[in-house]
Amino acid sequence: MKRFTALAAGTAVALALGAANAQAERGSDGNLNVLYWQAVSVLNPYLSGGTKDVEGSSVVIEPLAKYDEAGNMVPALVDEIPTVENGGVSEDLKSITWKITPGLLWSDGTPFTANDVKFTADYCMAPDGGCQQISKFQDIESIEVIDDQTVTINFTVPKPFPYTAFVGAETPVIQKAQFENCIGANAPNCTEQNFGPHGTGPFKVVEFRANDVITFEANEHYRDPAKPSFATLTLKGGGDAASAARSVLETGEFDYAWNLQVEPEVLEQMSAAGRGQVVTSFGTSVERIEVNLTDPSPDKGENRSTLEAGPHPFLSDPAVRKALSIAIDREILVEAGYGASGQPTCNILPAPENYASTNVNWCLEYNPDEANRLLDEAGWAPGGDGIRAKDGVRLSLLYQTSTNSVRQATQALVKDMWQQIGVETELRNIDAAVFFGGDPASPDTFQKFYADVEMYTNNFPGTDPEAYMAGWLCDGIPSPKNGWLGANMPRFCSEEYDALVGQMAETADLAARGEIAKKMNDILSNEGALIPLIHRGDVSAHSVTIDGVRMNSWDSELWNVADWTRKE
Amino acid sequence: MLNYTLRRLMFAIPTLLVISFIIFALLDLAPNDPTGNLPLTIPPDVREQIRQSLGLGEPFPIRYLYWLQQFFINEPLNLLERMFGIEIGNSAERLRIRSWATRSPVVDLIIERMPQTLWVVGMSYVVGILIAIPVGIISAYRQYSWFDQIGTFVSMVGFSVPTFFTGVVLIVIFSVNLQWFPSIYDTTLEVTGWSSFWAQVRQMVLPVMVLALYNAAQLSRFVRASMLDNLNQDYVRTARAKGMKERVVLLIHVLRNSLIPVVTVIALGIPTIFSGAIITEQIFRVNGLGQLLIIAVQGADIPLVQTLTFIFAVLIVFFNLIADLLYGILDPRIRYE
Amino acid sequence: MSDAVIKPPQGTPGAPLVTRQRTLAADVWRQFRQHRGGVLGAVVFLSIVLLVIFGPYIHGIDPQALNVRDKNQGISLTHPMGTDNLGRDMFAQVLAGGRTSLSVGITAMLLSLLVGTTIGIVAGYFRRADGLLMRLTDLFLALPLLPLLLVIIMLFRDTLRATFGPETGIFLLIVFVIGITSWMQTARIVRGAVLSVKEQEFVVAAKSIGTRERRIVTRHILPNVLSPIMVSATLGIATAIITESALSFLGLGFPSDYPTWGRLLYDGVNFMAINPSRVIWPGLAISLTVLSINYVGDGLRDALDPRIRGR
Repeated sequence: MKRFTALAAGTAVALALGAANAQAERGSDGNLNVLYWQAVSVLNPYLSGGTKDVEGSSVVIEPLAKYDEAGNMVPALVDEIPTVENGGVSEDLKSITWKITPGLLWSDGTPFTANDVKFTADYCMAPDGGCQQISKFQDIESIEVIDDQTVTINFTVPKPFPYTAFVGAETPVIQKAQFENCIGANAPNCTEQNFGPHGTGPFKVVEFRANDVITFEANEHYRDPAKPSFATLTLKGGGDAASAARSVLETGEFDYAWNLQVEPEVLEQMSAAGRGQVVTSFGTSVERIEVNLTDPSPDKGENRSTLEAGPHPFLSDPAVRKALSIAIDREILVEAGYGASGQPTCNILPAPENYASTNVNWCLEYNPDEANRLLDEAGWAPGGDGIRAKDGVRLSLLYQTSTNSVRQATQALVKDMWQQIGVETELRNIDAAVFFGGDPASPDTFQKFYADVEMYTNNFPGTDPEAYMAGWLCDGIPSPKNGWLGANMPRFCSEEYDALVGQMAETADLAARGEIAKKMNDILSNEGALIPLIHRGDVSAHSVTIDGVRMNSWDSELWNVADWTRKE
Repeated sequence: MLNYTLRRLMFAIPTLLVISFIIFALLDLAPNDPTGNLPLTIPPDVREQIRQSLGLGEPFPIRYLYWLQQFFINEPLNLLERMFGIEIGNSAERLRIRSWATRSPVVDLIIERMPQTLWVVGMSYVVGILIAIPVGIISAYRQYSWFDQIGTFVSMVGFSVPTFFTGVVLIVIFSVNLQWFPSIYDTTLEVTGWSSFWAQVRQMVLPVMVLALYNAAQLSRFVRASMLDNLNQDYVRTARAKGMKERVVLLIHVLRNSLIPVVTVIALGIPTIFSGAIITEQIFRVNGLGQLLIIAVQGADIPLVQTLTFIFAVLIVFFNLIADLLYGILDPRIRYE
Repeated sequence: MSDAVIKPPQGTPGAPLVTRQRTLAADVWRQFRQHRGGVLGAVVFLSIVLLVIFGPYIHGIDPQALNVRDKNQGISLTHPMGTDNLGRDMFAQVLAGGRTSLSVGITAMLLSLLVGTTIGIVAGYFRRADGLLMRLTDLFLALPLLPLLLVIIMLFRDTLRATFGPETGIFLLIVFVIGITSWMQTARIVRGAVLSVKEQEFVVAAKSIGTRERRIVTRHILPNVLSPIMVSATLGIATAIITESALSFLGLGFPSDYPTWGRLLYDGVNFMAINPSRVIWPGLAISLTVLSINYVGDGLRDALDPRIRGR
């Protein structure tokens, strides 16, 4: 009854306001069936930073501003994005003030205020909480609640890009009243809260089954009275990508399936059934081969793959790195493994537009002859077995990556291409949980890099590349001294690059930041410390009966689920 | 016999303690990490903080003792409280075993997963046994008949073709082309009437078929082999000579004497029902205990893996004891002093 | 097996062997030849073995050679089993995969059978060893496989690779891993059978005339628990072939471009609708191998059974 009244009231308001989509009605489209084959474990992105958990929680809890599919910030719980121009960001770039839209309600009917925003920051920054998004709250000095609708975040340093906390699905606002007793070491013990947070989003949790299925229903206090048009939402998990694609494209049991990293011809064949549509979007993910510039030979013992081991016997030769890069036919890699969700690239920073360099494209042309010529010139002569060698050093590589059928296909193709320029390759694939796990006891982590080259994808969240590009500082080289923590896998070290990183941290002007980022990209790509292969998109599929899907790589794919409708 | 049972039960306690320690040490040694599946955008120092907050900073023996305390003292007390609605001591302060990935109590997760696993995997085991025993008996009794040849063929193919393949074949045939059965299992379905019962049956058909074929294939081979061994024994000839009905000879004398290997295989199989059928559960998204375990293993969710594996170990020890006791009943010559 | 071949007719323990001029091996062979299923199984199995050994010399395409332009092709003269999604020849891959799968499958099965049978017989026959060995079996049954494998890779892969070279090193590791994680069922079954057999009259009689224990085990116990062992062997091959493919996903198996039957089948599942030959051939190869071994096992068992052999 209560819900009916709310519904009726909602409709009345919508009609009164003469909203553009007044013909839509909350809950009129029945159930929406969504499949995330990596099942959602918890609806609190501060306790689990896994993409699936962030996206699952995004239908319930929301940040102050979201990113749209083009990477632009759009207001969610505020009326406008604060900038220096509108006075929301201070001139010295040390504070940002958000003005919350008046009248917002939590799903339990209580008002949403600036105190909830401050509380969320306190929650994540509390010691012993193990908050997984803490890097988004870096450099925050204090959070001030000016009044119920206004909150100011003060930074310790000037922040040229102050939109880190509360922008994007990783840092949504949680309700103070609900999480008050869950701060710090208590955070994991609040199962009820973590499984069923109150939110401002279009849906609220009815039942949560960890790693299996979540049932949601429309939030009667959602700010747009006509939305969401679905009365309930089921978010199922489990299985693998191929069968997830099948359930939307072939059997039609589900309306939306996320992350369908399957061979392109398989998706194409499934789409032929005509029940669904594959959608892609591009963010900043680049599949790359990282080159080990240090010696990974086992005889180096403890120093293996560190600067102390000395330069790599042959990968330290720029000619070899360049030859390896142009000997790869990226078009074929795309065709075999990615289809519409991949584009050949020579850049490590392919987007957003302001930061993406267009200067480097020498590697796009597949040129084995030039590669052979480079190697001949550098003195690497083919031996009796066809493998090039110089001074007793053979061009024989160990090429490692994580286990994933597309990656293994890429490995096989690259091995074949390198074979043609007289380079021998041994392939190795490692379970992803080990490879990316970073356990210092394991020899197989991507940080330890006990191999000559390794391949994986990396990207950065949001649209600002500063922290990401700082990963290749000399200080970022993983070694036993820093417990193998560090993002500089190639062990690349250049004064010029380090200086640019320092310069970027002090530059506020967007255009100038873009120029610096481009320079950094060009250095990395031209040096050949990284061999960028493919600018990777995200692939999902939705049923042909669903309207309103705007596939997004900058935020949660479910960022606009409130606008989704079912076609007649 | 009673004496033997008691002695075995007493001995089971140190055995299980040793097993739990070895499992814990193994999981600790394994190189996968709870932060391994997080996006690379989470920086290394934050990962280190996450590890600390999970308690990985404590030394190994301390963590093991914590687990022991939580598993053997705290969780049983909680179960008692829940069953009888009483409060024993300070229950709010009592630490529970919590999964790292979901942050929820492991025991709750296991209880939530039990129904679908028992329905699907348990049912497939029952169906498997019901098929295997008659097929095995007839195959042995009519050795090299058409029935036996077909049975052999089907069971060997059924066993040698892995479930990741048969499952997908069945989905393509029955879900994609014929659209008879759903390919995805709905764990929230509650059986309240005929229509929901029918829905439950429909969603169970494919996974149960896949698993039952596999179970029946294996078991029927053991039944057949064992029956064949006994059919040629002297006592069978004697029984027949005494004018016993063939049916009695076959089902009472031969079958009883052939059951020892069958009992062994079934006793080894029952605990695996509780560990779920990892691949089949994944393919049909049954999301039972098997899927819980594999996700936990992949995500290095040590408390969850440790608890599940240990419960599994308890079942193994228990059912192997049952099997040993059954040997004595089936063949009175077997004596344990 | 050789122990079984020279066993005396059962039920007449200690009876002198009257037929010395007709050796038992010849007897068994004569009997085996009359077993149609057994002979057929042996012929099929030998053909598979010969095909995977000599096939690559006749069908000269390199199983690892890629040609993306020719991907997902159906059956043709150049590619009798079509090609996969990277344009590799399926027939060449099935042949190459067969070498690996058969050698891994059979060796691992023999290892697991050896360990399982030994532990089963010792535990069943010697009461003092029973408790300890069966608790060890319980432990192995309870160990979580995946973490165990990850630990084994971490501890042994590089050492073995350094000692035996990449291929032999990995082969040994895989056989060892499959062997030590799959012997428990055989051990439990053999033990159950031994417990029952050792109380039978002929064993008691053999004991009473002072036959040595070793001889009792090899001549009286083992031959009588042979049929469950045979079943375990047949099922063990299938399990080993599939387990091998599961291992390569963990990075424990052979490198990813090294075909094996289990791996071909797994990789082919997603392409089933596009190119059915990707799953039919590897699936058929595994099934045929297991079936033929099963029939050989049946034939051998019958040939070794004195009650049948006499007829």
